[in-house]
Amino acid sequence: MNDNPPLFAPTEPIFPRRVSGFYRTLKWWILFATLGIYYLTPWIRWDRGPNLPDQAVLVDLANRRFYFFWIEIWPHEFYFVAGLLIMAGLGLFLFTSALGRVWCGYTCPQTVWTDLFFAVERWIEGDRNARIRLWNAPWDTRKASLRLTKWAVWLLIAICTGGAWVFYFADAPTLLRQLVAFEAPFVAYATIGVLTATTFILGGFLREQVCIYMCPWPRIQAAMVDPGTLTVGYREWRGEPRGKGNAKRAAVAEDVDSQGARVRYGAALDKDHAAPRISREGETLGDCIDCMACVNVCPMGIDIREGQQMECITCALCIDACDDVMAKIGRPRGLIDYLALEDTPPTVPAPEGWQPTAAWRHVLRPRTIVYTLAWAAIGVALVVALFVRPEIDVTVAPVRNPTFVTLSDGSIRNAYDLRLRNKHAEPRAFHVALSADTVLRIALEGEDDLVVDVPASATVRQRIYVTARPQDPAAAVDHTDLRLWIEDLTSGERAHADTIFNGRESNDD
Amino acid sequence: MADKTRIDPTTGVETTGHDWDGIEELNTPLPRWWLWTFYGTIVWGVIYVILFPAWPLVTQATGGVLGWSSRGEVTADIERVNLSNAELTESLATVDLAVLDENGPLHDFAVSAGESVFRNNCSQCHGAGAAGVAASGYPNLLDDDWLWGGTLEDIAFTVRHGIRNEEDGEARFSEMPAFDWLEEEQITAIAAHVRSLSDLEHDAAVAAEGATLFVENCSSCHGDDGRGDREVGAPNLADAIWLRGSSQEAIEAQLIAPRHGVMPPWGERLGEAQVRAVSAYVHALGGGEEQVSGD
Repeated sequence: MNDNPPLFAPTEPIFPRRVSGFYRTLKWWILFATLGIYYLTPWIRWDRGPNLPDQAVLVDLANRRFYFFWIEIWPHEFYFVAGLLIMAGLGLFLFTSALGRVWCGYTCPQTVWTDLFFAVERWIEGDRNARIRLWNAPWDTRKASLRLTKWAVWLLIAICTGGAWVFYFADAPTLLRQLVAFEAPFVAYATIGVLTATTFILGGFLREQVCIYMCPWPRIQAAMVDPGTLTVGYREWRGEPRGKGNAKRAAVAEDVDSQGARVRYGAALDKDHAAPRISREGETLGDCIDCMACVNVCPMGIDIREGQQMECITCALCIDACDDVMAKIGRPRGLIDYLALEDTPPTVPAPEGWQPTAAWRHVLRPRTIVYTLAWAAIGVALVVALFVRPEIDVTVAPVRNPTFVTLSDGSIRNAYDLRLRNKHAEPRAFHVALSADTVLRIALEGEDDLVVDVPASATVRQRIYVTARPQDPAAAVDHTDLRLWIEDLTSGERAHADTIFNGRESNDD
Repeated sequence: MADKTRIDPTTGVETTGHDWDGIEELNTPLPRWWLWTFYGTIVWGVIYVILFPAWPLVTQATGGVLGWSSRGEVTADIERVNLSNAELTESLATVDLAVLDENGPLHDFAVSAGESVFRNNCSQCHGAGAAGVAASGYPNLLDDDWLWGGTLEDIAFTVRHGIRNEEDGEARFSEMPAFDWLEEEQITAIAAHVRSLSDLEHDAAVAAEGATLFVENCSSCHGDDGRGDREVGAPNLADAIWLRGSSQEAIEAQLIAPRHGVMPPWGERLGEAQVRAVSAYVHALGGGEEQVSGD
């Protein structure tokens, strides 16, 4: 026992080996798709008319607008963003309960960019063994030039990454011209600088450290998965005892019978590969030949055979690596596989006819169905809300300091602040009126008529006055209900807002 | 908590020796980059303390070599805004007030600037909503009744020079004399007549008696019909607006010992642009009167 265990330890470098297979191919496709969406989206144009930006996806912070293709979100419609965030949360619950940390393994930006950086590293410095040699080699011209080349490519990717981000917040072609001409706002350069630095450092150097030490999700997911969740795991009951087998196979059926346990299991899994492996010592071995392929390809530097670990991001590369080996030694694939922890046979060997639960039954469970329904309900609600929201709108706020004003002739006047909202891409004129059944009179501050011009995609505040003559009942009583109408003079659309008119009695409160 | 460290058999890692009801803690070493990050924050902290205000002393904090302060930042912001508004401010100070409302952007600037001026300088007496305080004699600025005139020019003059103050020679000045030498019945009769002018409840016989007295004593300022005279700030007694109350007692009290409002001059303190801004704001509160052409 060490009397003084180290408080701090240097990070063990990880050199993942290249691997190919179904999951690696899938990850390449997802990598290209997600990076493509990220880098290219700001450059998609979308014609909204002369008064509005023509960028398909734009967060216009200065004017408080979010444009997403044909959808335009105003600040008062922030519930759409809240709804999308809730859907993202529920979606994460859904995928995690069905497929474990599938977000971490395939689509998390940290994973995607690290994967890209690994590809660059492998392209410049070579595969695992070459990189280990280079790591251990003394610094010389070759090592320095390889390292510098790699860092330069990383930095280029990092700059593009930070650069792409700012294009979501301004007209992309204009901003690019400004950036190149050093005329862009300081905040654009600062944002690019920060995101370049984080991409370079997190993707190039900290890598798995981000997942292990910085990200809260590995801790949260422990509470989200259950024994029925499909996750990347090692079929210990099939692989153990591991070891290098005797090259010669015991292929005869009688021999197989005499071995008992293994035979029955193997037969259940795949009749063509029923023969067990025998160690040099004569012990019957499991399917794991302890070749370390799964460990060598792991970007997190762990051994999946040790069971579920916080570090595992379920990138599934060990599945590809192991399947490759299983094919070579003539054993069925899936020693390391997507599996549910509950799908362990009750006894080893597995009882006659034992089969793991089908994958779709792990995905389609009451829990995932509830998540899906909740997720879909919010989605449907948002879509409905999107289609029923009005193009023009009015809100009215009575001025309460004071609640009313007495005029020279004894009339009672109330003031209101109207907010007229025009979501159309061209200016609109709104006619303001009271409902037809009232005797109260309306006037606009600073206007001779009852028409307010509202610019394109804008909100205008207009002070209005409503007056009751001394003999009107509304002048005397505490309050009278009031309805204000606005009419878009171009389209004839109408909208209304309800408020109250305060009379003299309201002073007695 | 026991103090015995041991090797955890599952992980092969040493424990810290801390034991909470059988739950032990592994002594997993932190990554070294974490340590360097920690040192980095200390260095950052030292640099920050040197550059920025940091250590609290008895009366103030250490200044920091950059000389930064939040007050200085605000001052710089205000200067920046004033600079960007300099052109508008200059136009506002010199524009003919009669045509201010024809210049939309300048009028909007004046009204919104005037709102701040009002809240800072006027709301203490006239209230944040400009409704005045009737009990204290601060007039309501929202209605259509003006003691000294309600055109933009009139309002600006009142703001610039004030009312009944000693500081400004051009201040609007006139005082109602105390009619304490009248008989009590005469006071009652005049008050009744005044109430009759705006159809308030009154004794017709007493009011008729007061009508003669009113013509003799009051009409020189308030007019024969009681509609007042803005030249001398004499209020309209025939309308529904009463600064100091419309009851018989309130009117009698004002006759015997009149109270007069005082307003300080703001011209020098605010400067012409702000005077005009706050005037435009008050003018746009609902009671502003149009300039009569040729006036």
